[in-house]
Amino acid sequence: MIRFSGVSKTYPNGVQGLRDVSFHIPKGQFVFLTGHSGAGKSSILSLIIAEQQPTFGEVRVSGYQCGKLSANEVPRLRRKLGIVFQDFRLLEYRTIEENVAFALEVTGAPRQAIPSRVIRVLTRVGLASKAKAYPKELSGGEQQRVAIARALVNDPPILIADEPTGNLDERATRGIFQLLQQINGGGTVVVMATHNLALVRDTGYRVIELKGGEVVFDSGQDTPAAGPA
Amino acid sequence: MRLTTPLGEALKTFRRAPLLSGLSVATIGFSLFTIGLFGLVALNFRQTLRTLAERVEVVAFVLRGTPTETITAASQDIQAFPEVLEVQYVSEEQALSRAREELVEFKEAYRDLETNPLPASLEIRLKEGFRDAGSAQGVAERIRGFAFIDDVRYGRDWVQRLDRLRTMAAVVGLVIGLAFAIVAMVIIGVTIRMTVLQRAHEIAIMRLVGATNRYIRGPFLLEGGIKGVLGGLLAVLMCWITFAVFRSTAGELGGSLVFFHAAHLGLIVLFGLGIGLLGSLLSVGRHLRHV
Ligand SMILES: Nc1ncnc2c1ncn2[C@@H]1O[C@H](COP(=O)(O)OP(=O)(O)OP(=O)(O)O)[C@@H](O)[C@H]1O
Ligand SMILES: [Mg+2]
Repeated sequence: MIRFSGVSKTYPNGVQGLRDVSFHIPKGQFVFLTGHSGAGKSSILSLIIAEQQPTFGEVRVSGYQCGKLSANEVPRLRRKLGIVFQDFRLLEYRTIEENVAFALEVTGAPRQAIPSRVIRVLTRVGLASKAKAYPKELSGGEQQRVAIARALVNDPPILIADEPTGNLDERATRGIFQLLQQINGGGTVVVMATHNLALVRDTGYRVIELKGGEVVFDSGQDTPAAGPA
Repeated sequence: MRLTTPLGEALKTFRRAPLLSGLSVATIGFSLFTIGLFGLVALNFRQTLRTLAERVEVVAFVLRGTPTETITAASQDIQAFPEVLEVQYVSEEQALSRAREELVEFKEAYRDLETNPLPASLEIRLKEGFRDAGSAQGVAERIRGFAFIDDVRYGRDWVQRLDRLRTMAAVVGLVIGLAFAIVAMVIIGVTIRMTVLQRAHEIAIMRLVGATNRYIRGPFLLEGGIKGVLGGLLAVLMCWITFAVFRSTAGELGGSLVFFHAAHLGLIVLFGLGIGLLGSLLSVGRHLRHV
């Protein structure tokens, strides 16, 4: 599903975000990306979503070669990815259901099908009762669930999450993590960058640890995928 | 659940930022109003020129004692020139009585004359497309060829001046019109740019979930187009009000003033649409690259 081959990324300001990174994430896997601040976690994710291009090496995601996409191909790749960030990125002036529907509207989904798909995915993240509320009226954990619902509403085979629990307390963090586990249980690849080592410990999921832009540890390199593939 | 449409998104900007949107419509309106005003001046100027140009004529003075039949025959020949609209024979007597009427200052002088000093003449008026220095000169040269013609005059100086004035009017109109079009487009560009900035967060999310560039651009182009059309309509309204006020205060002159045809008005609105679309297209493309 995702393959990095000898990937290096040097930013225009000369900072080397990644050095010779290689790994392969097969179908159905749950992967943690860990490392200190500035280690290169977000850099990896931004290459996966084709927000950045690799300086050297090759990034492949569901058949797309991410470094060489045309302006028209980037949206097609993005529709195969669900993307979640630490800061939720919801639209303040839209209700929860409208925030989720937004992802369907702007990608040209058939309009009659939108309301039912939105309700289904809101039910899946446990927020059907808050459909008419506005983001400000929700807790951080609930807002992140909305963001996850929006990421999932197009049924992407891969979910990318950059520190999705970074702004949440212990309990909300657990809740979001359980939701991501459930999503992975349905066969979706989940790649999650996190600082939270307590969360990573004892889960049995694959961990890729970065340091100074290099992979210094990869628990899944030679072992089969954890979780139901 | 409110679902969005590109048109809905385009209109939403007007609700979300009424002041900014109103301002941009007003600036487009004022730019087009200025162009429109100049157009009105040019239109009325041209109208006046046309009336003036109608008076361009070639006068051929006839040698004393030429038989009337010769003159009549020659008139028919001249009438057949492609440039000529009308040939009128003015006899010596007619010339004198006309002079008495028109030149009040010389009324006394003419009354006491024993012999008529004024020659008979042929007054030749030119067709609409030939009222310029070159054509008048061509006709004059050919008439000079008739043996009984003493002298030919055509208002060479002021015909040439008229030509120059006309060219100048066209050039000034073009330059000012273009300058204002560019100013209007820059203003639209700035306004759209502000809208893009206002919506940067939303655009980033659209990108994230896989909206195409064309889809993202749509509302901005629509918005620019709508603003352009509204600005055009505003300009038409302002032009009309200005025209009406001017006409009612200009007294006698006001009656001869002309306003735009429907086609001109349509052109102003179309021009608004054009600069609205182009202005937004240019700035949206440039700005979206950075969101
Ligand atoms: N767009 C960019 N332009 C320039 N340098 C960048 C850019 N993005 C990241 N970097 C640099 O690349 C390095 C890796 O950054 P990255 O954001 O990948 O780290 P991270 O592991 O996600 O850190 P954090 O845990 O703080 O989010 C850092 O030194 C950072 O300053
Ligand atoms: Mg990061």
